[in-house]
Amino acid sequence: MNMNKNNLILYSAILIFGLAAPFLFPAFKVQLSILCVLIVLATTWNIQGGEMGYNSFGNILFYGLGMYLCASVQVGMFFPLAEWTESGGEKTFVHTPTQFFQGMAVGLVVAAIVPTIVAGLIGYSILGLRGHYFAICTLGLGVAAGEISGGIEIIGAGQGFTTPPFPDVGSLEARGEFFYFLSFFTLILTFIAVRSIYSTRFKLILNAIRDNEDKAEAMGIETMKYKIIGWMISAFFCGLAGGIMGGLVGYIDSTDVAFDGREMGVFMVLMAILGGKGTLWGPIIGATIFHIFKEGFWTFFLGWQYVALGVLIVVIVIYFPEGIMGWLREKYPERFGEVVDEKDRKAQVELK
Amino acid sequence: MDFLVFQYPMITVQACLDGILLGVLFALIAYGMALQWGVMNIINIAQGDLVILGGYIAYFMYLYGIHPAWGVIVAPVIMYFVGIAIYKLVINKVVDRDLFISILATFGISILFMQLMNFAFGADVVLANSGYGTTMLFDSNVVLPNSKIFSAFISILFAACLVIYMKKSKLGRAIRATAQNARAAKILGVDTEKVYAATFGINAALCGVAGALISITFTIHPYMGLPYTIRSFMIVIVAGLGNLPGVAMSGMGLGVFEEFADYILGTEFRIGSVFLLLVLILVYRRFKLSRKREYLK
Repeated sequence: MNMNKNNLILYSAILIFGLAAPFLFPAFKVQLSILCVLIVLATTWNIQGGEMGYNSFGNILFYGLGMYLCASVQVGMFFPLAEWTESGGEKTFVHTPTQFFQGMAVGLVVAAIVPTIVAGLIGYSILGLRGHYFAICTLGLGVAAGEISGGIEIIGAGQGFTTPPFPDVGSLEARGEFFYFLSFFTLILTFIAVRSIYSTRFKLILNAIRDNEDKAEAMGIETMKYKIIGWMISAFFCGLAGGIMGGLVGYIDSTDVAFDGREMGVFMVLMAILGGKGTLWGPIIGATIFHIFKEGFWTFFLGWQYVALGVLIVVIVIYFPEGIMGWLREKYPERFGEVVDEKDRKAQVELK
Repeated sequence: MDFLVFQYPMITVQACLDGILLGVLFALIAYGMALQWGVMNIINIAQGDLVILGGYIAYFMYLYGIHPAWGVIVAPVIMYFVGIAIYKLVINKVVDRDLFISILATFGISILFMQLMNFAFGADVVLANSGYGTTMLFDSNVVLPNSKIFSAFISILFAACLVIYMKKSKLGRAIRATAQNARAAKILGVDTEKVYAATFGINAALCGVAGALISITFTIHPYMGLPYTIRSFMIVIVAGLGNLPGVAMSGMGLGVFEEFADYILGTEFRIGSVFLLLVLILVYRRFKLSRKREYLK
């Protein structure tokens, strides 16, 4: 995919829309920020889920880790962490604006780097598993992280952790705009990173691993190295997204917000599959559609959302496993740069 | 974190006995999972939710004044049909597909069941009181509720019946043939579609029995399903498919492990330790297998 004129127009249109969106739709700022975070999660899940063929339920581990780390650093840099969590919702300590933004910046750096290191450390053991063993193992990792963090006192144990409230900087809109631009910037960063990854040999190696790992290994590719790097890239952006989401939600609970395998952990898989695994735009489209659907359902059918979610998973998985991009690709193969032989196509139609 | 276990040996005995009685139940659930994993090559994430549903059947019998122990007869009958319904609606469309598809589909069923049970039965932790009393051992130092002994006995009974049924009956033979080679079985006239449905039904029925027993001995809650799935998955991978004594042994081992984790680490880390054990077992297995692979090279 080279940067032609059409792409340039598309990208600038999206960029302008993204920059103008919080002023055009001021009521939806939080929703738009969440959408950005969801797209980041879906896109990075797609790196190892779609391109590498390692379907992980465990990226929620990095997301939750990033969330806890960012908030803990933000608090711990200026105040005693234990007393903060002890006091719960009561605000005995107040961040000044400088402290808040400094803490947030350092927190996000830590939230991005530590999960990457964790992914690198556990990668050698976990990524040696294949297929469904990998899926179940990562599912276990996510749930175990949630259960264990729910028992640790210093980060609030079962009662949760209140992230520092946004400081008073004069404008009421500032909080929403700050988090929106933070998440939008992260989204652009992710998109550029993923897009440049996908135009290198690295993506071909990941695809080779997905298609036939043993053969890739026999061809002289150090599959384990590339698998770990792929997972580390995912972990980096998941941690970042988690850190932002923690500040956005304002409250961290071990099993309901941070390591929520039942929600976020499935959402990222579902969004990527809905849009189309193994494509650049698939997860983005999937996340957008899913978010609109989800918000509509969460608003109008409150209480039935998990029922809808369960049905949605089953329906998507059974009837729509290729996703929207896969469907488009089948319908308009020329648009995807596939050369179609007319004779061959007609012959196939006749065979049917 | 206190090490009471080492100061009072009777606690060790208590934990071991509790663990073994609990492990027999886990083994029963794992047996169902091994059965349908072996036959249909599907990992059912909704296994635990079927267990909980079976538990609620027994609990409702208790609420309406019937002794919950009868649940072990009623629950499997109802659950058999629930299982067949799930098979007809969802599973038969994912049987031949990629394993991840079936994991995700059953994950969806699991979420659906969780929430429907939450609506129907409420989010309270409940148990069906069987009123069986307790047995004291070793000068009343070890207390065993009779309901646990009863549940272990019933589990063994059902497992034994099923083993005999699988060996002797026509359907059992068809199931075993399909597990060995589905295509060959089809050629030889086995209706594999029917066999799959029956397998899933039997699995659900086993879950129903286990659930009814769990509602008598422990507690049930709509969201407690996933740990049971993970436990049975763990037991099956430790024992290996089609290794019945192995399933029983590793089930009991897991039960004992859990009781000790409960005493040593504290109750809040109980579920966490189960999931962590799963990860450790899978990683251990991966290194063991990779050594074998290198050796073969």
